[in-house]
Formats: sequence, C-alpha cells, structure tokens
Amino acid sequence: MPVANDLPDAEATLEVLVERMRGAVAHDAAFVGIYSGGAWLAERLPALIPGDHPVGFIDVSFYRDDYSSKGLKGTGRRTSIPFDVNGATIVLVDDVLYTGRSVRAAINELFDFGRPGRIELAVLVDRGGRELPIEPTYCGARLTVAQGLSIELSRDGDRLALAVERAR
Amino acid sequence: MRNPQLNARGELTHLLTLEGLPIDVIRNILDTAAQFVSIGEREVKKVPLLRGNAVFNLFFENSTRTRTTFEIAAKRLSADVINLNIGVSSTNKGETLLDTIDNLVAMDADVFVVRHAQSGAPHLIAQHLAQVGRSHVHVVNAGDGRHAHPTQGLLDLYTIRHYKKDFHGLTVAIVGDVLHSRVARSLIHGLTTLGTSEVRVIGPRTLLPTAAETLGVRVYHDMREGLRGCDAIVMLRLQNERMNGTLLPSAAEYFKHYGLTQEKLALARPDAIVMHPGPMNRGVEIDSPVADGERSVILPQVTFGIAVRMAVMSIVAGAR
Amino acid sequence: MRLEIANARLVDPVTGEREGSLYVADGRIAAVGAAPVGFRADRVLDMRGCVVVPGLVDIAVRLREPGLEYKATLESELAAAIAGGVTSLACPPDTDPPLDEPGLVEMLKHRARMLHLAHVYPVGALTAGLEGTALTQMGELTEAGCVAFSHADVALADTDLLRRAMQYAATFGYALWLRPNDPYLGRNGVAHDGDVATRLGLPGIPVTAETIALATILTLARECDVRLHVCRVSCARSVAMLREAKADGMAVSCDVAVHHLHLCDGDIGWFDANTRVVPPLRSSADRAALRAALADGTIDIVCSDHAPVDDDSKQLPFGEAEPGVTGVELLLPLTLRWAAEDGVALPTALARITRAPAQLLGIAASLAPGAPADLCVFDAQAAWTVGRDTLTSQGKNTPFLGVDLAGRVRCTLVDGEIVHET
Repeated sequence: MPVANDLPDAEATLEVLVERMRGAVAHDAAFVGIYSGGAWLAERLPALIPGDHPVGFIDVSFYRDDYSSKGLKGTGRRTSIPFDVNGATIVLVDDVLYTGRSVRAAINELFDFGRPGRIELAVLVDRGGRELPIEPTYCGARLTVAQGLSIELSRDGDRLALAVERAR
Repeated sequence: MRNPQLNARGELTHLLTLEGLPIDVIRNILDTAAQFVSIGEREVKKVPLLRGNAVFNLFFENSTRTRTTFEIAAKRLSADVINLNIGVSSTNKGETLLDTIDNLVAMDADVFVVRHAQSGAPHLIAQHLAQVGRSHVHVVNAGDGRHAHPTQGLLDLYTIRHYKKDFHGLTVAIVGDVLHSRVARSLIHGLTTLGTSEVRVIGPRTLLPTAAETLGVRVYHDMREGLRGCDAIVMLRLQNERMNGTLLPSAAEYFKHYGLTQEKLALARPDAIVMHPGPMNRGVEIDSPVADGERSVILPQVTFGIAVRMAVMSIVAGAR
Repeated sequence: MRLEIANARLVDPVTGEREGSLYVADGRIAAVGAAPVGFRADRVLDMRGCVVVPGLVDIAVRLREPGLEYKATLESELAAAIAGGVTSLACPPDTDPPLDEPGLVEMLKHRARMLHLAHVYPVGALTAGLEGTALTQMGELTEAGCVAFSHADVALADTDLLRRAMQYAATFGYALWLRPNDPYLGRNGVAHDGDVATRLGLPGIPVTAETIALATILTLARECDVRLHVCRVSCARSVAMLREAKADGMAVSCDVAVHHLHLCDGDIGWFDANTRVVPPLRSSADRAALRAALADGTIDIVCSDHAPVDDDSKQLPFGEAEPGVTGVELLLPLTLRWAAEDGVALPTALARITRAPAQLLGIAASLAPGAPADLCVFDAQAAWTVGRDTLTSQGKNTPFLGVDLAGRVRCTLVDGEIVHET
C-alpha cells in the first residue's frame, strides 16, 4: 500500500472507482454525496456510470456525534434529497473513509427521509482507522496515513486533487 | 467589557440581545436557520442534535405563542423540554429569581429560555451562572421587558433576507409602539448591523422612546411620509393597556393615523412586504385586507421563527 | 487621653494648611504647632505623609434602624462611617417606621451615644409615616434631637401641605431638607430618560421630574422664607436654577451625592443593579455640570447618600433591584479623586465634606484650639481596591467594587478618642 507522502492522483483513482462500480451498481441507484468532497464525486458519477441515477447531497452537521465536544459548525450547506427514499437503492458517496462516523451520521439522516431498500458505500480513498463496523462497497484506493494527518480532497475547476494536511 | 454573550473564543454562548453581536455571528445564525427550514419540510422533522439536553422554558411572563415555538424548536432538535410558567406570585413567596435558577441548574438544565417582564433579567441570569461556575448552562432571551426579543428580531431579519436577499439598499419601516417594544429594539440593532440602508420608526411621540434617533433610525410621525419608498414594513402590536387614554385617545384614532390600510400600503414600493410579530389586532394596527393580502408574510414569519430558534439553541448549546 | 499627632500636614478649611503637630487633650484640640506648656502626650502618633482634617460630616447616611436591621445596623454603619473618616452624620427619616415620633429619635440618639462612634444627627420625617398627608410634631421631634425635616426620597404630591409645612417650619426656625422629586413624572422610571434607557428598554425618569419639583420648592420657600436645603441635585438644569436663586440672594444650600460626580447613565453597562440609584445617574453633560458647580460653590456639599442594601434586594433585575449605594467609606477618596481630576485645591475640596456640611448641621469643623477633637487623618496617596472584604459597611452594593482609589483613612478621632486606626 502507498504511504501518505506518495498520494495517488485523484482523477486516476476516480477512474479506478468508476471501473469497480460500473456493472455492479444498480441501474436506478441514487448517488448521495456527503459534503463536500463526496458531493463533488456524486455530481460526476451519473455521467460516468450507465443508468438513470438521481443525485442527492447530505450535510451531516446536525447528525454528528461530536456536537457535545465541538459544537455546531455552520456550513451553510443544505441536505437535499430530491427523490423518494422509500425502497430506493442508494449509494452513499464520500471522498475519504476514516473512522466511519460521517457515514454513520449520513445513514441516520437518510432514514429520516424514509426507509431505503438498500444502501451501499462508495469512497475514493480508504485510509483505515475505522472506529465503527463500516466497510466500503466500492473503493478507489487504500492508503495508510499516520494519525494526526488528514487527507483532503480539493477541486480546482472540475479537476480533483488529493493532499495531506495536519489534522485540525 | 467583554460581550457577555460570547465566550473567550468568541462563540455565541448565550443569546441575550442583538446589540453588539458581530455580523458574522448573526449571519451564521441566519445561515444555520436556512438549513433548519429545509428540515421542516421533511417527513421526519427532527434531528438528533440536542439529544440528552434539557431545555427549560422559563416564562416569568405568560406567552403561549412564543413558548410554543421554542418548545417545537427544542423538540425538533430532540431535546427534552420542560415548561415552567412562573407567575409573579411564586417569586413573591420568598424565592428569588436566582434561587429558582440555582434549583433548576441542580436539575441539570442545559438551556434556559427566559421570558421576563423586567429588562435585563436574562443578563442577570447569565452573569449569575458565570459567578457560580455554571457557564456551561446557556441562556436564550425570549423577551425581557422593553429591552430585547432577539429571536424575534432574527426571524424578522431572516424573513427580510428571504424575500429581499440583501440588506444594502433596503428601507425598512417599523410602525407603532416602539417605546414599549422589545421586538423593535432587537430588529433595529439587527438591521443596522447588517447594513440596512435606512431604518425608519413611525409613530406618535407618546409611543416613541426619548432620543430614538440614537438607535440609528429616522423618526417619522406622519405614516404616509414614512412609508414612502419602503421595502419592508413591520407593524408592531399595540397592547390593550396602551389604549386606555394615557398614551392614546382611542384605538380608533390610532388606526386612523397609524393603522396599515391598502391605501397607505400603496405608498410603499410595489414589492414591499408586510410583517407583524403577532398576535395581530385587526382593525387597530393593521387592516384585515392587508394582513391577509398577498404582500403579507406574517405566516411565513412564524415558520421561519421555528427554524431560527432551532439555529439559536443548537449554536449556543454547542458552545463550550 | 492626651495625644500628639506629629509630622502631619494640617488642613483646616478655614485657616488653611500648615505642617506640624496637633495636640489633643480632654476631647478638644489643645494646640497646633507648639505644644502647650507642660503638655505630656500619653501617645504620639507619627503621621508623616498624612493629612489631618476636621472629621468628615456626611449629611445622608442611612443606618437602617429601626426596622431594616437585615440591611444594616447602627453598629455596622457607624463602624463604616469612622472607617471612612466620618465623625458626624445625619440620617434620613426613611426607616421602618419612619422617624416621625420623638421616641424613635430618642432611641436612635441613645443607641448611637452608647456606641461611642460617630455623632448621629437624625433628620425627622416631615409628614407622618412619610405619607404626605399630615405634618409631624416638629417641635417635639426637634427636642428629641432632629436637626431638620425631610421627606427622604418619597415624593410629596400635595403642594398645599408642602406650603403649610414651610410656613410652620419657618415660624420656629426649623430647617427643611428636600429632594426635588415630582410624584408623577417618571413615576415608573428606573433610569435617566435618555439614550441609554432607550437602548436598554428601561423606563425613564426625565430631568423635568427634578426641575419641576425644584421650581415648586424654590417658589414656595421664597414666599415662606424657610431655611431650605436642596438634596441630591442630579442635573445641569437644576444647577442653573440654584445658581440663579443664589444670585437672587436666596439663602438656599444644596448637595450632590458623590457618585453623581463620577458616574453617568452609560455606567449602567449591562444592567448593573449597583448603578440603580435615586435620583438616577444622568447624562455625562449633567455630570460635568455638577462637577463644575461643586467647584464654583453653587453646590455647597458632597454627601455619600449612603444606603446599604442586602444582596437579596439587589441581586434582582435592574428595575426590581432596590435603589441605593453603600458609600460612606468612599466619600473621602471619591471627593479627592474629583479634586485631583478637576484641579481643585485640597482645602476647597475638603471644605465640601467638612466645613460646609458642618455649617448646615450647626456644628464645628475646625482645627483651631478649643474645637472638639473630631478628626480624620488620611494618607492621600495610599491606594486601595474597593471590594467586599475592604468595605466595613454591611452593604456591599457599590458600582465601585473592584475600582482602585487613592486616599485611605489612617486614624479617626471622635471627642479626642481614637475610634478607628489602621
């Protein structure tokens, strides 16, 4: 596995992810991106994966489990699920999978919109370090990153890039 | 003197007044409220943010309506809500306001929503909590005397922003009993902080406070003149006890001069919105065709009010 | 006890200043400068660097007896007075019951004498129960020890009664000390009617509540030729009216509360109940006018308007908090601060808290040989912080809590005895 100072190219990793999803994802599956990196990915996936895929976005601020220690950090972004969740197949999309807590929060929030038929998880990068029993269904790359560092996805125009930052 | 509403990190830990709040803090509340508005449109109108938090609605002055909106807001945040209507009588039984607070803190309150007839009561409570080392308990002012009603002010700001987008270039008129109005004071501070081009107050001299212009407003006594060119009109409620002849000769005479009719509304800009903090006195400060007309945004105000109160409670309760 | 107070700066508001020793014997000042022949001091107090002045006279100190002992007692407040260098004080009649019966006045005088602290001069109630309907027995009250009559902070609505009170008092030469206070204007008010009250949503007390009542009092007093002292002037307009009355030759004196020299309505801050006073703290322009009037002598006297309030009555929302500040211990340092800030000479400033109030009471305040040895010795440079633990008064209610002040009393003598020493 590559180490942190040897990050893969984000666009190439996205191609790997798309390759793994193509054919495996249901034709009518909805892509729901977790803000902000997951949302950028979810916006691009319908054009890359055949089928009829509605897109939604989730801001998990109100479902986070660190509210009591960190408080509410305003993001100004709004959860938007413009399709009927009941019975739907949903692929949650996130940029970096780490502890699994954001995914937990996103799943909880989805259930407040209804009862999905099936939820899958697609991530660009899995950096390990899970604190919950959550595993990706589709994954672009696996990395090992030292604690105290975080991997951030950024977007310049339409081009995605990965970078390592000191965790805040 | 540090703003008593902000903690050492500059985070909003109590909401006592809009006066002196940094513009970023106000904008953050409005932006967060926008997120909560969308939650109100879902099937499950609830988020788990304040799960395990106890919100005490402490109403030393009765107000079913305001208390209900705070209760709905707290419940949508998954908080436990305890309503206490503390009449004036119980504080005369020997227990002081601060005794009451100490008792409720001992019951592990996290947020106090306080309504009190005396200006400054929420400040006193917040100051007391700091003195007894209970700064983790938060105070939200739900109206104190004539002083402030910051969540009402914020929901008015939210409403204006919703319909008018930007405060720059706007003219907003507040009409009626500004002297006794905590709503007016809070809204004026909020509007001036957000850079509203012109804030006007309109009313007879008996219902305007001394040196009103020091609040940063233009004073009008002629309603027709004051409404000219306005983008938003906020009608204040005229309390019954003001109409008994000491401040005004009669409700009918008040309506003649300061009641909002279609004919007077026509002097404002064609797209002007009409607001009212409720409950309305139809035929006293506002004519029914205006209150029910297409320019009226009085009911959306109520809906936005819940989201604004959710935003305020979730922001202060998360401050450490 | 024969005492020598050595090496001090002696400031007599009448005769001026000098350096040297002051000798005390048999409760009186025996000599100044050189010791009398054969004088042998029992004790020599080396007061190098300190100032000796006649004991301070504070014409408004609430002792809270009878009836309000949960706020303060004679013991606690007379101890506070001597800690502040005050050797004589007048107490207003707003006790419970008010000082409207000779028996109450005699008891108060008796209790005070037994304590051997400061001299107490009660001010009698002008009307029974301060209810504004019937005159008290002014003659008997005077015999019992009342030095004047007042209505404390209770507004007197009945101008006919006020006129009769003046006529009656003038007949016998009794003095009236009246605070101008309209019964209607600002009757629900809790703060000066201005931009601060507007901002904070506090019901206002307009300046006219004072000036209209002052005009009434001055008009009637002129007609009745009564001995009049006007209490607690709070605004520029009142100062102008009093200046005019004095220029007209009217024999009227007036005072200001020392906190009005330093604070204005802006100091209410976020509803600090310790700034809730009557009359209210006014605008900064009013404050400037009061300071100037005190310097030029239009205002004769500074007092503390001392009002110890218990925490339960003060730790309330601003409008519900009981008005008043504890202040008898701050009279000296706050007067010194005014003098220093405005460049007023020390003897002039000290006259406002010694000779002038003494004249009103008809007592001596002098360092001349033969005068009663009621003395205050203070270190004008000594800095101290006002705090709950540095105040002797049972009341800790002052907006100056936490403020550093210069001027600390080292020693207080009453009738030649040291009653306070640090």
